[in-house]
Amino acid sequence: MIEKLFSMEGYGIFVWSAFIFTLFCCCILYLVTKIQLKKQENKFFVKFGKLAEDKIKIAKKQKINKEILVNKPDYNF
Amino acid sequence: MFQIINPKNLFSLSNKIRKILFFSFIILIAIGLSEALWFSPKDYIQSHAVRIMYVHVPSAWISLGTFLIMGLLSIFSFILKNKNFLIISKCLASSGFMFSLVALVTGSIWGKPTWGTWWAWDSRITAMLLLGFFYLMYILSWQIFEKEETKQKISTIIAILGIINIPIIKFSVDWWSTLHQSSSVNILSKSTIHSSMMVPLVIMTVAFVVFSAIIFLMKYNAEIIKLKNKGLDRL
Repeated sequence: MIEKLFSMEGYGIFVWSAFIFTLFCCCILYLVTKIQLKKQENKFFVKFGKLAEDKIKIAKKQKINKEILVNKPDYNF
Repeated sequence: MFQIINPKNLFSLSNKIRKILFFSFIILIAIGLSEALWFSPKDYIQSHAVRIMYVHVPSAWISLGTFLIMGLLSIFSFILKNKNFLIISKCLASSGFMFSLVALVTGSIWGKPTWGTWWAWDSRITAMLLLGFFYLMYILSWQIFEKEETKQKISTIIAILGIINIPIIKFSVDWWSTLHQSSSVNILSKSTIHSSMMVPLVIMTVAFVVFSAIIFLMKYNAEIIKLKNKGLDRL
């Protein structure tokens, strides 16, 4: 049964390579995008951490800044 | 409509629904793959090679649809002078490009057992290759230029020019005598595909759409955070 699934009457090499290529591309794109997002978030956390007290208050008023900081695990609200 | 795609709302929505979308994708792809590779029947002429359709066709549909949206967003951005449309368009490009690449490669793999060749300079296939180049040029236009204004202008021109290629891809099989078969799935007329093959095709298409949405939302959030990083410098 397993052999039948892999060989597919001789078409297995074509079918499996097409599916593996598709899933491989999806995984690569997902990982690259995730890394890019994390990189930008970390950059934001570093910059935010270096801000002066009064500037932090101004930055915190913005909705998107608050949303970004939600993703920071050790951030104290 | 414009309220939903407002950066604040889209960013907030993205944070909330990304995990739900990811789990939906895992479930859909698991069902889709088992249907496509095991439960769906083989074709009476192409035998098991027909299973390549379940990744090839959804990829081609998504790459076409994505570029169409990108082209329309670029036109709207040009008319309404709304930069958010350009950011959305930019964030859609990478998944669209990946699916155009998948459509080309899986089409080539499917061509070998059915046509006896990996590649033919057929009108549909050539137009799809051109779409891949348009995607590549669009992505590169955001990378290679220094000035923000130049990036926006060039990418808008590429997206608007590329949109001309969309109807050519769609109708190439009707306009010219091609090696590529005509559409089996039609919205306006009766589809010539059996429901046992249609169901996995729809499931795989929905799974890929969900995947594109995940990538788009992650890219969009990264772009907005990038802008916010610049904003922090100015505080």
